[in-house]
Amino acid sequence: MTQPFDYLRETPSQTAGPYVHIGLAPGAAGFDIYDRELGWDIAGPNAKGTRIRIEGLVIDGTGSPIKDVMLEAWQANAAGHYAHPEGGGPVEEGFRGWGRVITDFETGAWGFDTIKPGSVRDGSGKVHAPHISLWIVARGINLGLNTRLYFDDEADANAADPVLGMIEWERRRPTLIARRTESDGKPVYRFDIRIQGEDETVFFDI
Amino acid sequence: MSAAAAFYQRNRDRHPPALTPAYKTSVARSPRLARISLDQSVAEMTGPTFGHDDIGPLDNDLIRNYAQDGDPIGERIIVHGRVLNENARPVPNTLVEIWQANAGGRYRHKKDTYLAPIDPNFGGCGRTITDADGAYAFRTVKPGAYPWRNMVNDWRPAHIHVSVFGTAFCQRLITQLYFEGDPLIARCPIVQTIPDPDGIDALTARLDMNATIPLDTIAYRFDIVLRGRRATMFENRP
Ligand SMILES: [Fe+3]
Repeated sequence: MTQPFDYLRETPSQTAGPYVHIGLAPGAAGFDIYDRELGWDIAGPNAKGTRIRIEGLVIDGTGSPIKDVMLEAWQANAAGHYAHPEGGGPVEEGFRGWGRVITDFETGAWGFDTIKPGSVRDGSGKVHAPHISLWIVARGINLGLNTRLYFDDEADANAADPVLGMIEWERRRPTLIARRTESDGKPVYRFDIRIQGEDETVFFDI
Repeated sequence: MSAAAAFYQRNRDRHPPALTPAYKTSVARSPRLARISLDQSVAEMTGPTFGHDDIGPLDNDLIRNYAQDGDPIGERIIVHGRVLNENARPVPNTLVEIWQANAGGRYRHKKDTYLAPIDPNFGGCGRTITDADGAYAFRTVKPGAYPWRNMVNDWRPAHIHVSVFGTAFCQRLITQLYFEGDPLIARCPIVQTIPDPDGIDALTARLDMNATIPLDTIAYRFDIVLRGRRATMFENRP
């Protein structure tokens, strides 16, 4: 008889459901419970780099915005470092690089303010173009979806990015690229995520 | 610089597939194209870190953290366990957050209109950070079952929603815990999105008589397993 390996198996995922806000953003659910809610300030006041805003919708297979979605963002600072012991280098005091993003319950519109991340040099020496990792959960999503947001004003870096370059279907690559606009002199990047259907966003097994 | 050790590939058979038609909302919210596999880079192998400054002392006590003028109604329970990884090692200092309905099955959420009453002394959310052994504990009341719009007469078993981080963004997980012996588990289209009975079993908290407080609070045990990571002894990358 063969000896079983001594590994545990991952806990299965379940949908975050419609009331994810109660647990993870109770203010949005309509009540005030914690002194400090987590994930509202991604970059903090001391972060160097360009202050930007990201806005978008998450759109379902019927073309409708999903109004009860929650996104989490994870990004490097302008120097390409993550706020983590293995993050590649120091970050500014107060820079977390992580945020929670809740939609407007009526329209599904979401947005967040942060700084534009720098390029990230990976442990294996590859350079990733500036990007923000996103994790998307909602009612009807059984396991959180992973994607990446890149910037359309980084054409050269994007062209050399190992992840974008690996996507065999070139016409799917633009689904990961946010489009720059401007509002009151501040850069605003538009990024709509299509869960299903024409121009389905690229999601990753990570 | 040497490459960091990657996390084990996620076993997709362990998780519900994206498209599970018996859970109707998944139909329009499931990608149809295959996910693209990506070599883990620093973005996936790091994640947010949390400290005790981030949370308050009562945050893991749902009996007290929203109480206005008394205790919430319901069966007093402790939910406790450990956060481990697939290598059976504890995951210390990680954030665990929960949310749940009150004992009547009603959420404190402006979108919940179920006729069971709001409990003025119950908020329904809590959070804590695991200790050096990966252990966590919450005190709360047992949530009630509630009806939901799927088939005309579907009911959710009593459940607590659980969110966990681990040390890396690729370990991020949201799930739900159920209670041993609940006949609604077998009838719930959301539970049954999980393909493997052993997976459903893993989401079923066990009555833990040894952790109860006699004449006060009953206890359930629920361990959480996050993705594990390769050892660094042999590098397989340039
Ligand atoms: Fe629920």
